[in-house]
This record gives sequence, C-alpha cells and structure tokens, in this order.
Amino acid sequence: MNKFNVRDLDLYYGDTHALKNINMLIPERKVTALIGPSGCGKSTLLRTLNRMNDLIENVHISGHVELEGVDIYQSRDISDLRMKVGMVFQKPNPFPMSIFENVAFGLKAQGINDKQLIKDTVENALRSAALWDEVSDRLNSHAFGLSGGQQQRLCIARAIAIQPDVILMDEPTSALDPIATHRIEQLMEELRKEYTIVIVTHSMNQAKRISDKTAVFWMGELVEHADTQEIFNNPQDRRTKAYVNGEFG
Amino acid sequence: MTDIIDTQLANLSNKKELSQELKRRAMRTDYLGTFFKYLFFLSAFIGVLSVATIGYFLFYEGIPAIKHAGLIEFLSGREWLPPALYGIASMIVASLVSSLGAVIIGVPIAILCAVFLAEIAPKWLANLVRPAIELLAGIPSVVYGFFGLVIIVPAIQTLFNIPAGSTLLAAIIVLSVMILPTVITIAETSIRAVPSTYKEGALALGASQVYTIFKVILPAARSGILAGIVLGVARAVGETMAIIMVMGNAPAMPNSLLESARSLTANIALEMSYATGMHASSLYATGIVLLIFVMLLNACLLYLNRQRAYS
Repeated sequence: MNKFNVRDLDLYYGDTHALKNINMLIPERKVTALIGPSGCGKSTLLRTLNRMNDLIENVHISGHVELEGVDIYQSRDISDLRMKVGMVFQKPNPFPMSIFENVAFGLKAQGINDKQLIKDTVENALRSAALWDEVSDRLNSHAFGLSGGQQQRLCIARAIAIQPDVILMDEPTSALDPIATHRIEQLMEELRKEYTIVIVTHSMNQAKRISDKTAVFWMGELVEHADTQEIFNNPQDRRTKAYVNGEFG
Repeated sequence: MTDIIDTQLANLSNKKELSQELKRRAMRTDYLGTFFKYLFFLSAFIGVLSVATIGYFLFYEGIPAIKHAGLIEFLSGREWLPPALYGIASMIVASLVSSLGAVIIGVPIAILCAVFLAEIAPKWLANLVRPAIELLAGIPSVVYGFFGLVIIVPAIQTLFNIPAGSTLLAAIIVLSVMILPTVITIAETSIRAVPSTYKEGALALGASQVYTIFKVILPAARSGILAGIVLGVARAVGETMAIIMVMGNAPAMPNSLLESARSLTANIALEMSYATGMHASSLYATGIVLLIFVMLLNACLLYLNRQRAYS
C-alpha cells in the first residue's frame, strides 16, 4: 500500500525552481529516507506533504500530492491533514509550557476537554515515545528543563498524541549528540510498526540504519528512489553513486 | 587623509621603521580612546545629573508642604482649597482611574492590532498600517486634546444628556488612543521575537491560526507585551495637556466617570503660574507623588525586562 502518491510536482520559491517534476510513491508503514546535498529540495518535499510550505510567502506549487488517494492541495481542511501527518523538526521545539501541556496541546487545540481522556492519551504518547519513565514524576515541570534528546522525544510524543498516520521528520537528530541520536533511532524502530515515517537526513549512515526506502535528491530532482540496500550497494544513477560514496555533500 | 598616511606607510621600506610607526599609531589610538571614554562618561553623567537635580529640587521644594499638611492628610485629604486645605486624594484617584480606564480600553485594541500586524496582515498592508500608527505617536498631545474637545466632549454631552461633557470618561477615551502606538509597537516587536519554531510546531499539530496565536504566540510574548503596557500607563499617568482640555479640571472627588476631575499633572500645570508660598510647595509635592508613581512603573518595567532576559 502506498500512503502518498506524488505526481508531477513542481515547486517554486519566487523564481527559484526548487522541486522539478517529482513523481514518487511513499509506502505505508515503512521508513522512507530523503537524502541529498544541502539545498537539493529534500526538506522542501517533506514540507509539501503536510503543507508547511504554505507558511512561506511566494511559494507556487503545481502537480498532485495524494494522501490515500485524496489530493491534499484540493482539500481546504489543512488542520485535518496536519493531524494525520505529524511533523518533528530539526531543532527540538517544545512549547514554553509544562511537559504535560506540550503533549496535550494537539488534543486541546481540537477542543477536547475530557480530562481523563487527555491524561490517558498523554501517558500513552509519552510511553510510545520512550519518555514516560524519565518524566512520569515531573509532568508539570517546564519542558525546557529536559535535555535536547528528551525534548526531541517530547516533540515526537506531542505528534503521536493526536494519532497521526504519518510522521514526517526533518533531520530530527542533527542537533543531538550520538547517544540521544541512538535513542531516537531505537524509537523509530518501534514507531515504524504503526506509522509511516518519512525522514530527511544528512547522515547516510542513519539512512542506511533505519530506512526501508531511500530517495536521493539532486538540485530539485528526484534522481533515484529504491530500496535502501539497492541505493547504497547498487546505485543506478552516477549522481547517487557519487553522493553515497561521499564524493560531495 | 588616510590615503596619504597609507602611502607613507607603504613607503616605509624597512621593517623597523614600520614597527615604530605602528607603535606611534597605537599610542595615538590610546589617547583617542581615553578622550572618547571621558566623553561617553560625561554624556552619561549629564543624564544622571539631570535626574538627580530634578529629584532634589522637587523634594527640596515639596517637603515643606507635606510637613505642613502632614503626609497622610496630604495624600488622603479630599479638599483642595489653597491656601487653607491641601488634599490631593481626588487627583490621585483621577490620575489612576483615567490611566486604568485607558488601559482597559486601549490595551486589548493595541494587542489585537499588534497581532494583526505581526501575524495576519499581508506585508504590504502591514507596511501601510504601521507608519500610520507610528504617526499617531508623533501627534502633539495638544492636538489630541483639541480632537477630544471638539469630538468626544460634545458626543458624551449628547449621548449621556449631561450639562458638561468634560469628564473622566472623555479623558479615558483620549488617553486610550494616545497609548495605542506605544503598546502596539512594543507588542508587535515582542510578538515578532517569538521563535517561529513555536508557531510551526503548533500549526504542524493541526492547531488553527487563532488557537496558535492565543495559546502559543501571545503567552510566549507576554513579558514584552506587559512591558509595553507599563510604558503605556506611564505615558497616560504623565499626560497633561490633552487631559486638561477634556477632563474639566474640578478639584473634587469624582463620583462617576461622567463627572469632571483633575489629574495630578493638571493640578501642577494649572496653578503653578500664580501659586506662591505653601501653595507652590504643595504643587511640588504633587510632583513628588507623580514621580513616585512613574518610578514604581519603571520598577515594574525593570522587573519584566529581567524576567524576559531569563526566559
């Protein structure tokens, strides 16, 4: 099953052609890694999947991005889309409020007030994000008191709490130390069973370790998209070969 | 000038001469540095000296009146009948009520306007509205007073069917417009200073724009907005000319917003020209009370800024 079906997608920032005729299927309950040199368009593509690019002025999009067969750019309900397609950012960005309030935020934003429901959901989300044991005794302390790695897992819990189908991750470990990175990668091993994950990463080792599929981008083009094993062991495109061999990047 | 020196420098053929020249230059920079250091110090000193002089003068002139009437009587006395009775309670009330009223009306408008400018308006519209608001800050207060006198005072008179429209309410309305630019500008700046990652995080969770503004952005900008409000209050408390023109200036305790009242500032401005002796001294004492109000507001501001620095 494919979760996303991207067809003939072009994206412009003003006059800059940032994504060029992208066609791509993103499979359900798999980890898809987007890799490529800086400025190649991988983050831009990620942000078209939950329409975060809408926040930027002067963005033009043509083509289709279908989520379960429905074009997300035809629908007006962006809120609904973003609840289905959660996102974790490059730098951990917890809100300046308590740990509990951070995880409860998405529910409360939908007008859910049932205290018991919120409490249970927060606990489950924190457990799924492998953070519960570390914070269960201080749910009301400020989220900024957590370490960087904990903050990132809090952001994952926050995303999980609203029961998404897909989790987009934009270089989620680039601001973290190796141990915290390892914990997030372990967590992703668990999450892949339930969620479709699309991750942008600068680390080819990370892509190799955690992803099922890898898509290589190059100056706004999708040059190769295949099983991760294939990409790293038997690249078809010479640009893929050069990139995965570390000749540039 | 520098060109000539640079050529000279380039022409110094041998290294020893160059190093001596550099030493000489370093010495010269040293003198220049010392000179500027004292110039900076002097400028700062003039500022502090002015505050100290005004403070000293105010207390020197005002203390006799407070001694004469007694501190409690001076502050709590309801009668202002120079040269017999000097009580400024009615003016303290008028100043506080008019400022508070201005905050109640002006601050919500200002915050919503700041949100509009920072988050909602397209760039071209914000660039049109912002200078208009900044212009509001540049309008002399006598013009505000004139506007109040011609538009607001008659309107109140007709609307509430009272003999005179020069009332506390008129002052509140004029002041609430006057504090708008201060509060809007500072609130907009602090809203813009909220990291965009908060907003992205909230929107990515499916929160609506309005929910994001009220639950994430405004709370995060809170201390900056409060600082703007404090500055707005300080402006309202210190305002004189516009108030004199619209508040009626009767030195009696107002019983409702539809009565005339006299602010602390108006009291000083209206009577200083002819007051002598104890009467003049009690006007200085009024100034002391005003100064203490403003100092308290500044203390709030200092506290808020420190909080902001920590968060």
